[in-house]
Amino acid sequence: MFGKLNWSAIPIDQPIPMIASGVVALVILGVLAWVVLAGHLPYLWREWITSVDHKRIGVMYTLLAMVMLLRGFSDALMMRSQQAVAFQSQGYLPPEHYNQIFSAHGTIMIFFVAMPFVIGLMNLVVPLQLGVRDVAFPTLNSVGFWLTATGALLVNISLVVGEFARTGWLPYPPLSGLTYSPGVGVDYYLWALQISGVGTLVAGINLVTTVLKLRTRGMTYLRMPMFCWTTLASSLLIVAAFPILTATLAMLILDRYFGFHFFTNEAGGNVMMFMNLIWAWGHPEVYILVLPAFGIFSEVVSTFSGKPLFGYRSMVLATMAICVISFMVWLHHFFTMGAGPYVNAIFGIASMIIAVPTGVKIYNWLFTMYGGRVRFDTPMLWAIGFMVTFILGGLTGVLVAVPPADFLLHNSLFLVAHFHNVIIGGVLFGAFAGYAYWFPKAFGFRLHEGLGKAAFWCWLIGFYVAFMPLYALGFLGMTRRMQHYDVPEWRPWLLIAGVGAVIILIGIIFQIMQLTVSIHRREELRDRTGDPWDGRSLEWATASPPPVFNFAIPPDVTGEDAYWSLKAHAKQQGLEKRELDYKDIEMPRNSPTGFVCAFFATIMGFALIWHIWWMVAAGVIGAFATFVAFAWRDHDEYVIAAKEVARIDRANIEERRALTSLAGA
Amino acid sequence: MNIFDPQGPIAAAQKTILIDSVGIMLAIVLPTIAAIFAFAFWFRESNPRATYQPHWAYSGRLELVVWSIPTLTIILLGGVAWIGSHQLDPARPIDGTGAPVRIQVVSLDWKWLFIYPDQGIATVNTLTVPVGSPLDLELTSGSVMNAFFIPQLGSMIYTMNGMVTRLKLRADNQGTLQGLSSHFSGDGFPDMKFDVQVVPQLQFPDWVARTAQTDRVLNAESYGKLAQQSVETVTSTYRLEDPRLFHAIVTQEIPPGPGPKLTSESAQSHIGGQDVR
Amino acid sequence: MADTTLAYAQADPHRLRGIAHAAVAHAGPAPKRIVTGFGFWIFLLSDIVMFSCFFATYAVLVDQTAGGPKGAELFDLRRVAVETVFLLLSSFTCGLANIAADIRNRFWFQVGMAATCVLGLAFLYLEAREFADLVARGAGPTRSAFLTAFFSLVGCHGLHVSAGILWLLTMMAQVVAKGFRADIGRRIMCFALFWHALDIIWVAVFSVVYLLGSKP
Repeated sequence: MFGKLNWSAIPIDQPIPMIASGVVALVILGVLAWVVLAGHLPYLWREWITSVDHKRIGVMYTLLAMVMLLRGFSDALMMRSQQAVAFQSQGYLPPEHYNQIFSAHGTIMIFFVAMPFVIGLMNLVVPLQLGVRDVAFPTLNSVGFWLTATGALLVNISLVVGEFARTGWLPYPPLSGLTYSPGVGVDYYLWALQISGVGTLVAGINLVTTVLKLRTRGMTYLRMPMFCWTTLASSLLIVAAFPILTATLAMLILDRYFGFHFFTNEAGGNVMMFMNLIWAWGHPEVYILVLPAFGIFSEVVSTFSGKPLFGYRSMVLATMAICVISFMVWLHHFFTMGAGPYVNAIFGIASMIIAVPTGVKIYNWLFTMYGGRVRFDTPMLWAIGFMVTFILGGLTGVLVAVPPADFLLHNSLFLVAHFHNVIIGGVLFGAFAGYAYWFPKAFGFRLHEGLGKAAFWCWLIGFYVAFMPLYALGFLGMTRRMQHYDVPEWRPWLLIAGVGAVIILIGIIFQIMQLTVSIHRREELRDRTGDPWDGRSLEWATASPPPVFNFAIPPDVTGEDAYWSLKAHAKQQGLEKRELDYKDIEMPRNSPTGFVCAFFATIMGFALIWHIWWMVAAGVIGAFATFVAFAWRDHDEYVIAAKEVARIDRANIEERRALTSLAGA
Repeated sequence: MNIFDPQGPIAAAQKTILIDSVGIMLAIVLPTIAAIFAFAFWFRESNPRATYQPHWAYSGRLELVVWSIPTLTIILLGGVAWIGSHQLDPARPIDGTGAPVRIQVVSLDWKWLFIYPDQGIATVNTLTVPVGSPLDLELTSGSVMNAFFIPQLGSMIYTMNGMVTRLKLRADNQGTLQGLSSHFSGDGFPDMKFDVQVVPQLQFPDWVARTAQTDRVLNAESYGKLAQQSVETVTSTYRLEDPRLFHAIVTQEIPPGPGPKLTSESAQSHIGGQDVR
Repeated sequence: MADTTLAYAQADPHRLRGIAHAAVAHAGPAPKRIVTGFGFWIFLLSDIVMFSCFFATYAVLVDQTAGGPKGAELFDLRRVAVETVFLLLSSFTCGLANIAADIRNRFWFQVGMAATCVLGLAFLYLEAREFADLVARGAGPTRSAFLTAFFSLVGCHGLHVSAGILWLLTMMAQVVAKGFRADIGRRIMCFALFWHALDIIWVAVFSVVYLLGSKP
């Protein structure tokens, strides 16, 4: 009846996961109870859960990322503390736990923190920057988000029911095969990623179509803000790379569930094929993450320097070059397989070539600051912190792209330090910069500056204290994923790294405080202009938060830095008094499709993990029925009357005008 | 285990390449970082002496420079990578004094088995080699993927079931080194370490002779016991009964290791834990 | 200040000179039919990437028979040829249904779709027979890595055809219930794209797996 599932799947005898999940469950129940009792449920259902508004979905993606960051970071703290104490002893985490923790940490941080964070920001900002009212497929957008949430949910369920993978964040066979990992851990990993992978693919298709087909009048390709370009590049990579992940995981699933022989030791299966396939996805994946971050920094550096982006053409070229080359370097993840000097050298050099466009980008940001008036608001601090940190990460990255050097450093903590250097210093700093930069746009009030800066400094210093020792440990020969060790020279460095993690923890606490304080003081932090940073692109041309239709009248773009030129024009001639010609606006209606579909996907995923076949069938049929029901709807759009549009827009213009004249006086 | 204290020619050459590459990159990285701080500081909003050029966003010459600096660096480093990959290819023969020593390495769950086919002996979790002799290693795995690494001798390499990877090393100084597994392979992974005794050339035959006197024999049967998942805290030595053992492992005549013992269907989430401690 | 900013606003800050303007003025967002079709094309591309992984795997594993049978001993080219004819014909009838939808002729649309469905089911039946025969002969997917790759590649295509038939039936029902509404028209277009893409993939499967594999 319930497949492999029975009561022993719940680890009652293990205090750490039980307490952790107990607390999480209590928090979730508490929030749910509060939502229901305070009567917020209808509001949440109407305005958020069923929303197909790209801004709301973007916010929900970001929220998911931040919640999962807490989970992933607590894993990190456990790893750091385990390695700090596990010198010549077992520490406090037995291997079967410790191995789950580092696997979950990697999986969560990449798939459920970095991915939703950048996709959330792209969702929120790109339609605004392009001057349009929504993404190409609003309902699918909601489906994509909820499927991502399903994946995150399944990973968290594994904390309580059963176990998570103990194979590392990429489950290399044969270790992840049925022979060596007979438990459900790898199955949790596989189905969580398959389901959220579909969501990511949907988001990618949606964004590619949006950028290529939905741009306001006059928004030619070479007038698009850099963030739109990087979104395009990143989404193209999603479309080209995620199917590879889907196929690879499907093969591993077939091996595990039906005894196929893709990656087994026996019957001619080929382990090396898994490594090739997974990295053919995995390397583009890091550019999927970092390219949007590059876009965010381009926006931030240019805005806070009060100048257009230096070398726009070079930037576009560099972005697209990275997009293409990123598919030609995957083999550098296994130079130590003994493939031979030609193969290693060619892939090593190809990997280094990516450093060229990346270096160009750094120089372009540098020269964007040149001749500017640099304001050190929080987003700009993240940007400068990023530039310095990322150069170091790039240096160590190029170093491990030299095959003979990689023969010494591969799989060591040096490597761990390198990819944290680029992912924290690049992607996460970028996401935080974007969070601080666009928060006022999304909610209509700024984040508290002081606490934001405090968080930045803790993150920056904490990062260096936590990861520079790992570089040193790599030189001392320490490999990754060690549950305990007995080399005395390693100990001091691991203790320092532990201190670094605590400093980052303080940074995260500051971020939580920043959010609560900002919400509390939202009236004094209110942004009435819609343009709190003196921005340059179109998202600042509308109110904060933008009305559901984004722009009352689709903007007409006549040059680069669209909003900057509009403002310049207005300063010259005063705000136009001309009566605008408002029209009825058709907007997509909200739909529970995404949520309901994700509900069935969760059931299906859980059932597949535990081999409960009737429940699998129920989930599949339910999901299909949901889509049919959606397709049967008669009205998928509603109309906002021109009068209503005019009222909202006039109020907005009045407010701005009042503020401008106030500033003028 | 410090890779900056190499004990053999391979590790020494790799260390040199590592340091050279870092040096080449630092030559552009350090000025760039300095420029970031300098530009950000000088062009701060509150500096009245800095000139604001709100339109300056293009300079063809500068862009040429901007593209050529990283390109030139990468051309230089690419050369290093090309030459280094060829000269330090793990399978490339190296010379040394004395006869080459052939060693067959098998990674098991979770221990290292070293077979000396020419000497007719085998050891677990300890490797003894003569100083200065070329070491001719053939590696495979008896179960999951793994990686063989002696940091101070250089050149980590993967081991995979059903396949042989080749590695040539040489130890130039007597003493004891540490080797370890550098690819995660399951619960007992952190204990998959071994010591490397580098002994004088003349003592090596003595060691072989002493080891060959052991009454423990390595054949398919005792290998089968070794292939069970376990952690070996003590090193052990064997007399090699079946010289084709390595071949049998590689061709899967001896099937790969059995993985965790399924004590009961329900205890899956705890599998492996008991075996480790 | 105002002068300079204005001057900037009209200048060409990135020195794009002709590049931006050569691309003529951009007229604004594309109509829905274009957007939907374009998005679906992107999806199809991603699907083809997934198939290419299975093709690549097949190419790697094709000689790994582990002592089991090779392709030449297993494939019945006659049956596969009939399968191919069914699928290609179904693409033709699908095209007819699409034309009928364009001129809003319900009867011929349903006839075309029904014919597509029957041909698709016939294809699936033959494929299922082939699979069942192989398994009965002890040449199932667990026999060797070659058979694993073979069953996965061909089965993945078969799964796509099955999903396509489910979609096809839904579209038939929808046209009966709702007629040729604009959004249903777009879905029919996407379905046709999907069905033709499966055809193209089948041509690759037929050539790479069956024709090349039948060489002794």
